[in-house]
Amino acid sequence: MRTSRRATLTLRILALAYVVGLLAVPILVILYRTLEPGLGTYIDSIRTPAAIAALNLSLLIVAIVVPLNVVFGVVTALALARWRVPGRGLVQAIVDLPFAVSPIVVGVSLIMLWGTSGWFGGLEGSTGVKVIFGLPGMVIATIFVTLPFVVREVEPVLHEIGTEQEQAAATLGASHWQTFWRITLPAIRWGLTYGVVLTVARALGEFGAVIMVSSGFPGVSQTLTLLVHSRYIDDHNTYGAYAAATLLMGLAAATLLLMTVLDRKKGSR
Amino acid sequence: MITVSSARKNYGDFLALDDVELEIPSGSLTALLGPSGSGKSTLLRAIAGLETLDAGVVCIAGVDVSREPPQRRGIGFVFQHYAAFRHMTVRDNVAFGLTIRRRPKAEVRRKVDELLEIVGLDGLQHRYPAQLSGGQRQRMALARALAVDPQVLLLDEPFGALDATVRADLRQWLRRLHDEVHVTTVLVTHDQQEALDVADRIAVLNKGRIEQVGDPVSLYERPANDFVMSFLGSVARLAGHLVRPHDIVLDRDLAVVQRDDARAPSSPGVVSAAIERVVRLGFEVRVELRANTGERFAAQITRAEADRQRFVAGETVHARATRPLDATDTDPSLAI
Repeated sequence: MRTSRRATLTLRILALAYVVGLLAVPILVILYRTLEPGLGTYIDSIRTPAAIAALNLSLLIVAIVVPLNVVFGVVTALALARWRVPGRGLVQAIVDLPFAVSPIVVGVSLIMLWGTSGWFGGLEGSTGVKVIFGLPGMVIATIFVTLPFVVREVEPVLHEIGTEQEQAAATLGASHWQTFWRITLPAIRWGLTYGVVLTVARALGEFGAVIMVSSGFPGVSQTLTLLVHSRYIDDHNTYGAYAAATLLMGLAAATLLLMTVLDRKKGSR
Repeated sequence: MITVSSARKNYGDFLALDDVELEIPSGSLTALLGPSGSGKSTLLRAIAGLETLDAGVVCIAGVDVSREPPQRRGIGFVFQHYAAFRHMTVRDNVAFGLTIRRRPKAEVRRKVDELLEIVGLDGLQHRYPAQLSGGQRQRMALARALAVDPQVLLLDEPFGALDATVRADLRQWLRRLHDEVHVTTVLVTHDQQEALDVADRIAVLNKGRIEQVGDPVSLYERPANDFVMSFLGSVARLAGHLVRPHDIVLDRDLAVVQRDDARAPSSPGVVSAAIERVVRLGFEVRVELRANTGERFAAQITRAEADRQRFVAGETVHARATRPLDATDTDPSLAI
């Protein structure tokens, strides 16, 4: 079927209006509102102790979650793609669960599990480690919501490269470990990079699950997203919320930019 | 020498190897020839350790390697689709086995240079596999397999993914390489032409069993059974006997066809047949006929013969097989 010029044009305008109206306009409004009073005001607003602490906490959570998800994601992807594990379908479904479950449900269930009256609540009494309303709770919540990204990016790459390169390495004398480091890992590195970038972006932006398990004290247990929320809702500091949101967007934009640069580099080789 | 004894392999209900016995002498270039599903690749992969046998023993150079992983079998393996390490240069691909073994840098460099020259890839060592043609990739894969000085070189349909002219070139090249390097080589192929061309021994497989082992000439001329006969070269059925198409005499004159010669003492009778089509295939000519019994067959004659006789479609001629190939007529001692 051939679409007429008119129809093509209409479709294009519709798509553009959709993207601009729903994505570009809100972002531009926030940028405008943030930078309207001048760059100095913006910088002051994101240099308050609470804002710096929130940035640090967000980055700390990313720094803990990413390595854990890389290890878990690669092992799970290998298990799903290479080994004949019983109950593969079940594992596939579990990996996708965070896509389906609302983050706030995750937060509630974590409280039920790790809260003082929860199943594992005794941990706090015996070891003094505070899971809920502490850093461990926020890390666990973030891991839950970011779990699928590495697996879902790496597994198809493993299927695509097949097993022949690994078999060839074996015939040339490489142990399983050597084969993994020298053949498999370099072959999946782009999938892994995408997975990491998506994990970083999601970990920075996670709100629903984290707000349930954080005590939400400014300067102590607020991530950047929680800071945006509390400035807007609790402090009625609309400008401060815009400024923190812009910082958050900046981090996400930097992550995406990094991904694009890496993508270019990959293409040029 | 490679010895395979009582090798069995099942994939579910499918019997891939059915009590296979095979001896591959040192320094030979042996082809495992058979249709798809005959078990030839399974047999090769079992020798390599990439496939575990349900039962049976594989010995390489007198050592039972049945329980050893591929890493410890002293083999080089070449895959149909090259299995090139895509993120490594040609040099790093070839050097892989030596790097794994932590050989000194200078030795690796010398050995890789030498191999790249042998396979004709010197000058391309800094390229990535994606920048090579299929033929070049396969030569790189061969150099990579040879770098670790394997006791045996195993090739799984190495030219199967290449186009016809490159395939023929590489075939000749492999033969010359083998004459230089003398490493015991096993080649899996479904292409009888390829097997006849490069191998000095051929094992014909069918349905997980070895039908016959021998040198190309004896297999072609004295096939052990109908399967080997029809798989190695084309056959025609003439008056109930199987015959190679080039061993059929055609003539309008009955006396010429009946004239016995020493080569065909037990030749079957003369058949008269109508010519349906005459096809010129370069230096030879294929004549498609239909016998008066209704049976269709094809005869292959030389161009000189075709020019002399000037057959045309529609006319009736006499045909006789000069060297019928029926399994019953062959020397049973050749069958294995």
